[in-house]
Order: sequence, then C-alpha cells, then structure tokens
Amino acid sequence: MDHFQQSLNKTMDLRIEKDPDDLWDDSKVIINIGPTHPAMHGAFRCMAKLNGEVIESSYSEFGYTHRAKEKLGENRTYHQFVVYTDRLNYCSALINNVGYSMAVEKLMGVELPTRCVWIRMMASEIARVADHLICIGISAVDLGAFSFFLYGFHQREEAYTLIEKLCGARLTTSYTRVGGLMHDAPDGWEKEVKAWAIKTRSVIDEMDKLLTDNKIWRIRTEGVATFNKEQCLAYSYTGPSARAAGVNIDLRRDQPYMYYRNVEFDVPTAQNGDSFDRYIVRIEEIKQSLNILIQCAEKIQKGPIWSEDKRVRIPDKDVVYNTMEGMIHHFKFFMTGFDVPQGEAYTQVEGGNGEMGFYIVSKGGPRAHRMRIRGPSFWHYQGFDPMIKGKLIGDLVAALGSINVIAGEMDR
Amino acid sequence: MSEMSWTLIKFGLVLVGLLQVVPIMLWVERRGSALMQNRLGPNRIGPLGLFHAICDTVKFIFKEDPIPSHVDRFYYLLAPIVCVIPAFMTFAVIPFASSITIDGQVINFQVADLNVGILYIFAIASLGVYGIMMAGWASNNKYALLGSVRSSAQMISYEISMALSIVGILMIYSSVKLGDIARLQGETLVQLGSVAIPKWGIFVQPLGLIIFTTAAFAETNRLPFDLPEGESEIVAGYHLEYGSMKFALFMMAEYLNMTVASAVISTLFFGGWQLLPGMQFALDALAFDGMNREWARIAFEVMSFTIKVAFFMWVFVWVRWTLPRFRYDQLMSLGWKGMLPLSLLNIVITAGLIALGVI
Repeated sequence: MDHFQQSLNKTMDLRIEKDPDDLWDDSKVIINIGPTHPAMHGAFRCMAKLNGEVIESSYSEFGYTHRAKEKLGENRTYHQFVVYTDRLNYCSALINNVGYSMAVEKLMGVELPTRCVWIRMMASEIARVADHLICIGISAVDLGAFSFFLYGFHQREEAYTLIEKLCGARLTTSYTRVGGLMHDAPDGWEKEVKAWAIKTRSVIDEMDKLLTDNKIWRIRTEGVATFNKEQCLAYSYTGPSARAAGVNIDLRRDQPYMYYRNVEFDVPTAQNGDSFDRYIVRIEEIKQSLNILIQCAEKIQKGPIWSEDKRVRIPDKDVVYNTMEGMIHHFKFFMTGFDVPQGEAYTQVEGGNGEMGFYIVSKGGPRAHRMRIRGPSFWHYQGFDPMIKGKLIGDLVAALGSINVIAGEMDR
Repeated sequence: MSEMSWTLIKFGLVLVGLLQVVPIMLWVERRGSALMQNRLGPNRIGPLGLFHAICDTVKFIFKEDPIPSHVDRFYYLLAPIVCVIPAFMTFAVIPFASSITIDGQVINFQVADLNVGILYIFAIASLGVYGIMMAGWASNNKYALLGSVRSSAQMISYEISMALSIVGILMIYSSVKLGDIARLQGETLVQLGSVAIPKWGIFVQPLGLIIFTTAAFAETNRLPFDLPEGESEIVAGYHLEYGSMKFALFMMAEYLNMTVASAVISTLFFGGWQLLPGMQFALDALAFDGMNREWARIAFEVMSFTIKVAFFMWVFVWVRWTLPRFRYDQLMSLGWKGMLPLSLLNIVITAGLIALGVI
C-alpha cells in the first residue's frame, strides 16, 4: 500500500508542474492584503508571503472592478460612452473625457473652435492638480501623516467646485462632447481658476514645508520601492512614476496636443525612482500645472464652444423646441447616434498617472467596432511585485501610495 | 478620620478623575485634530460637541458584542481587561499635591506612597503588553498577530531606554519615591537675579527628558510609534477582532497610558505638583490663613499638576496629527542604536556632574 502511495505521489509530482505564482510554503505566513484593506485604494489584492515583516514574494491580483468598459464601448453610441470614461481614472475624470473626445474627433476630422480647446485644457489641468493632490495626500495618510492630506484635500474640494461650475458634477463630470462641450464656462470662470491656482500654490508650499523635509517622511520614502530607469522602460511606465526615475517623457511636451505648444511649462524629473522621487515629482508637477492654468486663464478668449461640423453639432435648444427639423435632428442624433467614417484612431493624453490612450476602430455606423483603452495604472501595477520584493509591509504601503494605482483605469 | 478612610477617599478621587480623562481626551483629540486640519470637528451634540463622547460611550455599551468563532474565547475575553487594569493601577503612586496636616495627621496626596515608587510604575506598565499580546494571539488573525508581535518588540526595546533615561533623575534626587522626587524639585538650582530657577528635572536632565518622552510615545503606541495599530498597514493591529465595549477598553487603556505617561513626565521633569510661576503670588494675594490657606495651597498644587499633565496630553495629540509613522526596522534601530546609547551616555554624564559636585 505504501509503495502504491509513493508511486502515485511520484506520478502526481511529475504531472503537476509547479505554478511560479504559487506562494504556498508551509513554513511561511501568507497574508492577503486586500481587496478590502485600508492601503488598497480601490479593490485589488496582493498576496504576500511573509518572513516576519519581510515580504519574500508576492502575487498581485486585480480585476475586482472590471466592468468591461471596452466591450461597452462597442455597444454604446459614441456620445453614450463619454459617461463611461468618467469611471476610468475617477480622480481626474476630465482628462479621460477630453482624451476620448479627441479620439472620436480625430477619426471624424472635426475641427474645434479655440475656446473649446482652451476650456478643455484648463479642465484637464485642474483635474491633474486634483489627481496629484489626492495621490500625495493618500500616500501620506498611508504613512500616518493625516493632516497633510487634509490640507491638500481642501484645495481639491475647491477644484471640484470649479469643475462643478463647468458641468454641474464634481466627480463624474462627463463634460466633453464630440465636437464641443456640455456647457460653456460661466462668466468669470477663468478669473476664479486663476485665483484658485494662486491660492493652491501657497497651500502646496505649506504642504511642502510640513512634509518634504520631515525626517521620518524622508526615511520612510527615500530608497523605498525603487524602480529604476531600465525597469520603468521595461514595464512601460509613463507619467510621474517614470519621470521620477529619470525617463524624460511628457506627452504634453513631446506630442503637443490641444494648445500645450502655446504655454510654457517645465517637465520635472528625478533620478532615483523611489517613493520620495515620485512624491516630489508630483509636487513639482502641481506647481507646473498651476502655471499652465494661470497662462490659460490669460489667453482664453470669448467665442463659440461648438464645432460647426453638422455631423456632430448638437442642435441648440431653441431650434429643437421651435422647429420640426430641429426636433427630428435632435431625436435622431440621440436615439441612433451619429455615423463615424471607417478607420481607426489612437489618441494619447497625459493623464494624472501617465499615458491615457484611446484606440477606436470604426467600420462606419454609430458604434465603435473595437475600442481599447490604455490606462497607465494597469502597467504600473505590473511593477508592483518586483518593487516590494524583499521589503517590509510598511514599504508595500509606501510603494502603492506613490505609484497611485487607480482601480478604475486598471480594471476598466 | 482614620488613614484607611483617607486612602479610600484618595482612591475614589483618582479613579473617578481617570475615568473622566478618557471622554475629555476623546473630545480634545477630535477637536484638536480638527483645529490643526482646518476642520470643525464634531460639533453636533452639546456645546462645542462636548457630549459626543457620552454618545460614544452609550453606543459602545449597547452595541452588539459578537465574538468571532475562530478565537480562543478565554484569552480573547481576558485581553482587554489585562490591558486596562494596569493602566488604572499605575496612577496609584503619582503624587498630585503635597501633604497637609490635619490634627497632627499627615496626609499625602498620593494613593500609595510606595518605597519602590517609580519602579512600581515600570513594573505595572509593562503588564499592559500582555494584554496586547494576548489579544493578538487569541484573535487568531494574521494582522492581529503581526500587530501584537510588533507591540511586544517595541515595548521591550523602548522600556530599556525609558528605564535607563530616568536613572539620572534617581541619582540626582537620591530617591525612587515619586513624592520625594516631586518635593525635592522645589529646591532652587540657580538664582538668576530675582528669578530662581527651580531644580526641575528638565533643567538638570534635559537629555533624559527627551529620551523619556520619546520612549513614552512608543510605550503608549501613539504616532509616530503606532505600529501595533498601524491602520494603513495592518488594518487595526491587535484589536482588529474586537468590537463594542471590548474595543472601547483598549481605547481606554491607550488614553489612560497617555495620562500616566504625561503625569510621570510632569512629576519627574516638571516639578510635579510644584506651583507654576506666578501661582505663588496668586496664593499670597488670596491672603487666607490657618487651615484655609493650607487647603488653598493644595488646590493650587492640584491645579498646577493638572495643567502640566494637560499640556503633555496636548503634546501627545499634537505630535500624533503632525508626524508620519516609522517603519518597523527603523523603530527598532532608533530604539537600540539611538536611544539606548544616549540614555547610557546620559547616566555617565550625570554621574560625572554629580561627582564634580555641579548638581
């Protein structure tokens, strides 16, 4: 019987190949960090094999918030999908709206009036500041510095008030339309943005003073979760996380879309690619974004916000309510959607975390044939396991906070 | 009245006082953090939100109190008790005023003037970690276990520097009795013109104060040393599986430990019940005589002690909402490589100064 058992075991051993991701080890503790863990902002989990406090190896899993966005994009008209883009990176929903609308406009060859582009640009920069504020704030909360977070959070609320004035929503904006915007910015909005930018600058300085040179903050973040230039390139890192490692890329400068050519800004980079560098790069980027906002506020002019292209122009309400043709146009426009010519288009914008890309294949008709979204967090999360290998649990938290993985754009 | 009845009265006063500290500190922590963070803080119930703590207590008592099925019931239930009782016990030897003589009977304002004094505090305060350890182990939860392991490692490391940091004080005042230490701090250290610098611990043991305060933060598991709880890392640490009043007991223990730590800092380094500058004038200005004057003096001493303790409690809150948290290995290296050598150095320096006759 023993002999039989042994030979059976032997054959079993031969048959079952060891899964490299299998963490099972009788002598070690495996701990599930997430999907509902205070440090996991959003639902994803990291299974870590611990030796004391040291993470020997880990296996990160995601998909808990997968909503099949890309497939939904193939079953919704182009306008209906704007709403879904809000839920990608929900910390900077406006950038997603802009990126998506740009993709459809590129496919259709729609020209936009200048005011529309300026407003989109300002909206994107406000969203970027809000995104970075929440990222540095949350990474500080994870390391125990709660007051720092709330200083930033107050300015973020103010930013949302500005966004609310644009579109009536604070978080899920759905502000852009193909060929235009939901509403024009209210009178004096530029001035408010400028005032906010100046205020935020002083708040950022204050936050900088509170935390950047704090000894504990330094030892908690410097040299922690290092991801060097080669690794960043190998893992397709973009955005602040890549720039922190010295990869000097910024789509706003390298492939200027909208009017980024007309404003002056620096692209801050750092060298080490650790948590601290990612933090400091974000702080600097907030300052640059505020500069851009102030420049935009001075350059923006009054004017139309809608493209005059008949294919995408949503008819005005007085036309809809007062003329038969207008009403039919409106009805058809929203019930069946507008036709997009055959072809494919990829647009990329510099999102809060990196390159936010929209790839659309059209075979004509009001719905996309194929839709693909490139969320930067998806790539950043791949590097999470090598980043925390051999580190302590405290470092895991610092690493995750600093790469700012947003479950919405990662799982899509 | 007999000595026994006086002791009972003092015992009752201290117990009731300590029980009041917890809700007051809850309020201070909430409103204080709000003050620092440009918020309002709780402000719905009672003036300035003062009664939120009462609502909290009611909530804690009446909440459902589930016991998870995977825990070791005996130790699980025992842990909060083991945590909270030493926290109450340590206050027994702390003098909150000097003494008064009634009908030839000297009454010390201290529940028990033990001859081991400060050693009693260390002995009892160390027991608290058993509660945390038990909670972590009995909870049968990995996060809770990590928290309790962290806690015990932290306590052991920091207790050594804590105990060594006050050796200087013991050498200077040649006593371990807290009553004596507090009394001796009333002596004058230096006379600068009309201003007399008293022989408070802070003036004779500045390094000892820094080490002791740091270690006290670690002992009470407060930020930047709150690793046993480390909310974002190990969720809630050792009290992860506890709910309702059992959780409240852990929280009470934390605040009581804070109170005791503040009281010990005040007693050892800030003159304990010694009057604050200006209080003596106020006392003289009141111009009581006889027994009234004695009682007024006691009242001022209690007030002085309370102000000092309250200040250090505020420091605890202040630091908590300002600093980030250490990492586990950094905490250990700070304890063993930084504070332990420093506290030994402090002893050597103090011994040298005493030998030279400076202090």
